[in-house]
Amino acid sequence: MKYEEIKKKAASQWNAVQKSARPRILIGTGTCGIAAGAEEILNTLRKELANQGLKADIIQVGCIGLCYAEPLIEIAKPDKPSVFYGNLTPSLVSEIVRDYLAGDNPRPDLALGTRGEGSIKGIPAFYDLPVLKPQKRIILRNCGSIDPADINHYLANDGYDGLARALKMKPQEIIDEIKKSGLRGRGGAGFSTGMKWQFCHDAPGAQKYIICNADEGDPGAFMNRAVLEGDPHSVLEGMLIGAYAIGASEGYIYCRAEYPLAIERLKTALEQMEKNGLLGQNILGSGFNFHIKIKEGAGAFVCGEETAMMASIEGNRGMPRPRPPFPANSGLWGKPTNINNVETWAHASAIMQKGAGWWAGFGTDKSKGTKTFSLVGKVVRTGLIEVSLGITLREIVYGIGGGITGGKKFKAVQTGGPSGGCLPTSFLDSPVDYESLAAAGSIVGSGGMVVMDEDNCMVDVARYFLTFVQLESCGKCIQCRWGTKQMLDILKDIVTGKGRSGDIELLLELGEACKNGSLCALGGTAPNPIFTTIRYFRDEYEAHINEKRCPALACKALLTYYIDADKCAGCGICLRACPVTAIKGGKRMVHIIDQAKCIKCGTCKEVCPAKFSAVTKISGTPFEVPAEPIPVKA
Amino acid sequence: MGNTETKPKTDAPQDAGNIIDRVDKVLASYTKDKANLIPILQQVQLVLGYLPEEALSRIARYVGVAECSVFGVATFYAQFQLIPRGRNIVRVCRGTGCYVKGAPRIIEELEKLLKIKEGETTPDKEYTLETVACFGSCALAPVMVVNDKVYGRMTAEKAKEILGRKS
Repeated sequence: MKYEEIKKKAASQWNAVQKSARPRILIGTGTCGIAAGAEEILNTLRKELANQGLKADIIQVGCIGLCYAEPLIEIAKPDKPSVFYGNLTPSLVSEIVRDYLAGDNPRPDLALGTRGEGSIKGIPAFYDLPVLKPQKRIILRNCGSIDPADINHYLANDGYDGLARALKMKPQEIIDEIKKSGLRGRGGAGFSTGMKWQFCHDAPGAQKYIICNADEGDPGAFMNRAVLEGDPHSVLEGMLIGAYAIGASEGYIYCRAEYPLAIERLKTALEQMEKNGLLGQNILGSGFNFHIKIKEGAGAFVCGEETAMMASIEGNRGMPRPRPPFPANSGLWGKPTNINNVETWAHASAIMQKGAGWWAGFGTDKSKGTKTFSLVGKVVRTGLIEVSLGITLREIVYGIGGGITGGKKFKAVQTGGPSGGCLPTSFLDSPVDYESLAAAGSIVGSGGMVVMDEDNCMVDVARYFLTFVQLESCGKCIQCRWGTKQMLDILKDIVTGKGRSGDIELLLELGEACKNGSLCALGGTAPNPIFTTIRYFRDEYEAHINEKRCPALACKALLTYYIDADKCAGCGICLRACPVTAIKGGKRMVHIIDQAKCIKCGTCKEVCPAKFSAVTKISGTPFEVPAEPIPVKA
Repeated sequence: MGNTETKPKTDAPQDAGNIIDRVDKVLASYTKDKANLIPILQQVQLVLGYLPEEALSRIARYVGVAECSVFGVATFYAQFQLIPRGRNIVRVCRGTGCYVKGAPRIIEELEKLLKIKEGETTPDKEYTLETVACFGSCALAPVMVVNDKVYGRMTAEKAKEILGRKS
């Protein structure tokens, strides 16, 4: 089939869906949606439609990014803007079907927003919502709008136009266009994608490979999963363009096994590409041959590092090796290989579809384009976001994220996963771009953004990350293998009140050694969480070490729970709930916690009725309680 | 041959002959290429529930690498299990998003409930409790996965309820 015919067929199918006389219901069934209960919503929806004798087209789409509002549906009735409804329960779905599908009441009280032409009284425009207004969606252009299991939906939305255009160009012209866009690798390091392609293009050799790094291992990050689940073709089109430009005939997608839905969507996408002549021999009649294989990761964080990933694809332990030789010259099976991250490939397809000039119009001078982030942690509106680089952290946390949950105080935002750092309040107005974050001691990384509030202890957060990297260190370099272990031991001592003076300096010294003595980025950046927490939250380290006090009241070993004699009503609830019978008391007697028995689980504080709030959690400060239970005050 | 692999994933104990048969069946669909080692291990684990020693040596011979190399690969990746696991796999995410939202409390509660530690299996082989680096459902933290079903916005109470329903 010719490209024009494929496009025509896709367009007519898409138009038939869009202009159907039946209502359309889009439901987000990405992993997040399903975890939030989308399957139950889908079943209720089908049942209610059948009960009411209504006909509607249900389309399962990927994540639109408003994870906090999942499960989420969008209802489009003919000649009306579509309406989004979030935080659904089966009973709300029944109401919506009855009122808006059987009837004509769009239920503004339940609606989130409208999308498309026109407006509905009482419902704001979806893209004007505070969570979406500051965003610019290039990577997420189709996520939540198209059926990711139907190639025609992608084709009908400019899909594969970038490839069609690229196939009419010379490889060098494509590389020049990518260079002109200023695209930098979205996997972490931020190296120029155009340059990377150039190196591999220039490397001698008939057999070359490209790899899509979909081993999103950073804890707290899920941008790549959402794109693979919601719009896999945007990534695959980028891979085809890159392969053609570089001269590769084989490609691999290395996807972590923890993402089964993403792998399923990729398999479907590859089948459909082949059927449409977009994969295999003589793609679109251009003479360009290309094949893609999916490799499932087996659970090793270090495989996100490119040389370790290649070792893993070859069937070995995923351990990195020294560079040079760089993969561009000697990669997979010793052949020139180019590795890019999921998001980088998806940007490449957008650039080729709409042009480098258009794309470079977003972002800052040195950090061009947009970047997806997974905004999670103690923020009101968690989700997947995409913004122009250069936006401030404040706009992200308070604008898009809606501020801190429970009205608590912002303490830090952690960017870049275990390789990144924790940035304090003073950086809220700094721009989010490669240079600014690097200057602050962190990295843009793959795009995890974890917001922390006053209840999070920064020493404990550093300990958390060190636990992670220590577990994931492959063990090849001694500075990483033992350095992470030593740093972790010191941090464990500090959070349990066994810290000694000089520990901070020792951590810094060990961190420096680990950074300098490791082959790959895992060890090279492992101390970053320590460096940044010491740099910005040194007072917390000092409080733990010198005063045996955890200012955030988070480190268990440094906590004490006591019952305020002035507030206790002697109701006995905590006494009965205590799992270790550490509470003494009696009816109308002030209760007392036996500190020797207490395991600091916090159950007493949780169960104490709010009207008394008699249980207090403290760290490092003395308090007074009666020695034995005394009658409660009147 | 003639194995009809229907339901039970980890029907322990299995005799060695049975294991070899089932491994061979998996091997038949792969070429003798070292690049297939990890996919083969993954598929064998899916069929047997874990990777017994007999299976590893069989695979080594098939792919043409030393047994110690296969063992090296099998012990390198977190996904591979060398001992049988429970019928239900309970996995709690220990990713950053889940951590700051209270995953340690969920793990503690499950350890108490199942009377096993993280990484262990209950004596009746009903449950295995594991933690995973990150499921990528961070916006719904904390997250727990029972077999393949993902549960978001967990609380200690909800975790107990879900497992109560399971048994």
